[in-house]
Order: sequence, then structure tokens, then C-alpha cells
Amino acid sequence: MDLVLENIVKRFGDKLAVEIPSLTIRSGEFFTFVGPSGCGKSTTLNLIAGLETPSSGAIQLGGTMLNPLPPQKRNVAFVFQSYALYPHRTVRGNLSFPLELAGRARKEIQSRVEEVAGLLGIAPLLDRRPSQLSGGERQRVALGRAIVRQPKLFLFDEPLSNLDAPLRVQMRKELRRLHAQLDTTFVYVTHDQEEALSLSERIAVMRDGRIQQLGAPGELYDNPANTFVASFFGTPPMNFFEGEIASEEGGLFVRCRELHLRLKDASGTVPEKKKVHCGIRPEDVCLESKPAADALQAKVVSIEMHGGQCHVELELQGIRLTALTPARVACGKDDVVNVTLRSAQWRFFDPQSGKRIEI
Amino acid sequence: MRLRIVLGWLVTALLVGAVLSFALGPFAWQLVTAFKPTEQLAQLPPLLPRQITFAHFAAVLTAPGFLRVGLNSILVATLAVLLAFVFGIPASYALAKLNLRFAGFLLASVLCFSMFPSIANVGPLYLLFIRLGIRDNIFAVVVAHSVYALPFTLWTLTNFFREIPDDLYRAARIDGCSHLGILRHIVLPLAAPGLASVGLLVFIFSWNEFLYALALTATERSRTLPVAIALFPGLHEVPWGEIAAASVLATLPTVALVLIFQTRIVSGLTAGAVKG
Repeated sequence: MDLVLENIVKRFGDKLAVEIPSLTIRSGEFFTFVGPSGCGKSTTLNLIAGLETPSSGAIQLGGTMLNPLPPQKRNVAFVFQSYALYPHRTVRGNLSFPLELAGRARKEIQSRVEEVAGLLGIAPLLDRRPSQLSGGERQRVALGRAIVRQPKLFLFDEPLSNLDAPLRVQMRKELRRLHAQLDTTFVYVTHDQEEALSLSERIAVMRDGRIQQLGAPGELYDNPANTFVASFFGTPPMNFFEGEIASEEGGLFVRCRELHLRLKDASGTVPEKKKVHCGIRPEDVCLESKPAADALQAKVVSIEMHGGQCHVELELQGIRLTALTPARVACGKDDVVNVTLRSAQWRFFDPQSGKRIEI
Repeated sequence: MRLRIVLGWLVTALLVGAVLSFALGPFAWQLVTAFKPTEQLAQLPPLLPRQITFAHFAAVLTAPGFLRVGLNSILVATLAVLLAFVFGIPASYALAKLNLRFAGFLLASVLCFSMFPSIANVGPLYLLFIRLGIRDNIFAVVVAHSVYALPFTLWTLTNFFREIPDDLYRAARIDGCSHLGILRHIVLPLAAPGLASVGLLVFIFSWNEFLYALALTATERSRTLPVAIALFPGLHEVPWGEIAAASVLATLPTVALVLIFQTRIVSGLTAGAVKG
């Protein structure tokens, strides 16, 4: 039951909201659209749900064209950021509503509601009203209302954004468990890169209505297609600076101001444009306790403690770099420390287009 | 300091007293008149009657046609509310939630129509209803009243429906509702306080309305209470006692309704002022 989007274009007036030439979301997959606000991710979800109609293009689910069907005929479930529970109905009434509309028998409705309530641990709340529930409980009820009708497709629009941080982490686990248990396609929308990385099997990174890159979380993190994707993922974000690639005796070098770093021994292919955007992730900037052969001297500008990790801001010959240290650091502000950069982890981008360059 | 507080109280009491006597004075006068024996009606003092009489009430209630007129009034007001709802609820839903391109313009023009004084269109309406053959029929009055109440109904209900979050409509659509289903399962239950206050105000408007009711009716077959009471004065005398008794009787249903729905009206009219 693959979900296929073909040549989807959605415009609001003159403004292009979404343009997706081709996308297949596999049956049973946990698929996430991620991007900053206004990137078209929620609109894409609304198009799949039928709450918006595409300006052109086709949406198919398991070979059936969804375009002509109104939302109530698509057999998809939607979980909203605002929960959107019916305030005048009890939890039981909220859960049974889709089944009542579908004209199921009363006995079936009751057993199905209790089953789902048990699955989500909300059985004791069945006779309460939404206003009497906490945010986490409301979100569970909203999930329950989606699950109860056994849809072919689950759509989530930032379902965890209104929850506080500890609850969000807990609900992430729960969502993963539900996905494994229900064995149904989940299409998930979030602006939170951490949530996207931790939940999804595949991610589409969106910006200005277009998919920037599509892939598994590790792939997006390790091999971003452009500077946007590279800087979108990771806390703290990737370090960027301008440099120049040169093939010299002894290998391939990157030069930036006073910095002269050897990338590879072999003289690989030098790109046509020698000026590049260099990127390296904070965890690949290593503070060394003892002076190593290829270590560089950097000054500590500031240290931010994050529990077991530290974000250390460094000045390396005029270049600002952030390092993510796996443990507490002993140094203090204005200290000079030894730093090594993992040369295999460099990523290079075209300064004009932002696209990644293989070196 | 004390003096200021006392003075403050005094001023407040004076102003409240002034407002109350302005609003309730005429009604109190009617009440006194209704219970005064006829021979004392033209005497002052005494302000309050020495003995209370129910003769006026008896006369009114036994007068031929009065009960019929009362029933007409109840029917007209109830049907006017129903008709205003039948047209007002779906229209307001569309204006509030269907992203109509001209919703704002439509609401503004509806407001324009309601600015015409009723005297300006009572003539054409009169002619129209004669052509339709429903003059001196309560349905003529019902139609006139509900049309006149529609702008208010549309404005108030549209605002109420807008208050219901969009996500609820979207959730209901996903859950399997058509637009009519959303109206039935989501909008009407949630907007119940709004519907109650709108219904009540339209009822009271129709109950009190005089001009259309006078022009569009001819006999007790269709007359409403305000018109019937206004027609009490005979050729040679004005039966003040009966008029007062009838007015008091005519006020009772609206007072009762307001008392019953009081809390609902307040919550209805202020809903949306702050998010609750």
C-alpha cells in the first residue's frame, strides 16, 4: 500500500507552497517531512489528507487515486498539534465518533474503544471530558481517535510540539512502539530535527516548498546534499567557513587564511572551482589532552555545559569553531588548547549553489 | 476620607436609582394601574390602591379573542426564531468556515439592509403580502420578523462559529463528517449558548414588534399582543385598567424566559471576548 505523489504542485494565489515532482512513501514506513515553518510540510500533509486540493498532480494510495475523494472517504487518520478533541464529548465519545459515523455496530464500537484505550493506557479516563485532561493525556486520546478506525495511513502534524520536553521524549518512544505494533504507514511532520532523526526510517527535508534531500536519518546527517540540510541537522550546528582546495605535493590540502590542512595523501580530483564552503561537525573537532603531531593551537572563547557534554567555542587562527566534547573539559576561558580536526569528516559545498562537492 | 467613601456611595446610589426608575418606572406604573379599581384610576393620591382588584385581569382574560391573540404572539415569535435559525445557521456556517471569497462583503451588506428603518419597507411588504394572499395571516408576520432578525442572527452566529477552532472542523472531516454532519455533531452542540442567546433575543424582538404586526394583520385571526393592546381604546373611553393588566400579562413570558436563560445569555453574549 505505497503512497505515491506525482507532479504535485500547490499554489496559494501566486505563491508556490509545494512542488514535489515524484515521491513514494513505502507501505509501513515511518516517513517524516521536516523543515522550518513555511516550508510546505504541513500543506503536503493536508494534500494527502484531502483537507487541501493540489493545484495539479496526482496522489495515489495502494493504486487508488485519492484526488477525487473527500477526506472522509480516504480512510486516513490525522493527529493534530492542537489535539482537536471534541470538547462536548467524553473521551469515550471522542474515540467512538469515527466508528459511529462509519455506522459500526454498538458492540463492536465498545470493544474497539476499550481495546485502543488499553493500548494507550487511557482506560481510566474514558468518562472524562477533554478539558479535564492534561496535555499528555489529550495527545493520547487524539492518538486513540486516530488508531480506533484502523486507517490505511496515519498523518501526524507536529503532534508533540505542544508537550513539554520530558513528555515529548516519552511520547517519541511510544510513537515508535505504536508504529511497530500497528504495522501501518506513518507520515509525520515536524520542524524539530531531533524528533525527525530519532523517529523516522526516512526523512524528506523541505524548504520553500521543495524537497531538498530524501534519505535515512544517518545518510542525511553524514552526507547532506547542500548547506541547508547540513546546517539543519545537528546541535550545535555544523561549522562553516570559506576555504580553497589545492593539490600540492604530499596530497590534497584545504587552505583558509593561515590554516593549511591536509585532507588526503593521494592527490584526488580537484574541483574546477577551487573556492569552497568547508563544513565540519562539532563532534569532529576534537580537543586533545596531550599535544599530537597534527594538533593545532586554538583559544577557548566560551564553554557551555550540557550535562555530560560541552559545547566549546574556539578561535583557530581567526576562524570561529564550535567543538562538541564527549566529556567535561578541564580547560577554562582564554586557555590555549590542542585541537585536531577529523580530516575524513570534512564536507565541501559550492559557495554559490550550496550543493555538496565530492572531493 | 470617610466622607469621600460615603459620597461615592451616595452618587452611585443616586445614579443607579435614576437608571432603575427610568427603566422600571413605566412598568411599575402599569403594575399599580393594573391592580387599581377603575374609580381610583384617575385619582392621585393615593399612589397605591387601597384595596387590590383583579377585575382588570378577569376582564382581559375573559375578553373574546384575547387568548387567541396571546397564542398568536407565542406562535409568531417561536416560528420567527425557527425560521431565522433555518436560514441563519447554514448561512453563518458558510460565512464563518467555508473561506468564501466575499464573506466580509456579504456580512457588511447584510448589515446595510438592517439599517433601513422598518417604516421604509413596511409599505412594499404590505403590498407584497397582499399579492401573495397572506395578509392577515400569522405567516406574513413570521416572515417579516425573521427577515428583520436575520442580519443580527447572521452576525452573531458567524462570530460564534468562528470561535470554534478550525482543527475541530478538520478533525471532524477526517473522522467522516460531511459539512451537514459537522453542523450537526460539532457546531450546534458547541455553539449552544450562542444559539440560546440569539434565539431568545429574536423571540423578544418578535414578541414586542409593533409596526409590521400592525400593518400585516387585520383581525384577531393573526393579531399579536402589542397590536391587540394598542387597539383596546374604544370610541368613547380608554380602558386604562385593562390595558395595564394586558401589558403586565404580555411582559410575563419574556421576563420568565430571561430569568430561565439568564446565565446562558451572559455566557453567550460574552463568549469569545476572552479565550476560555
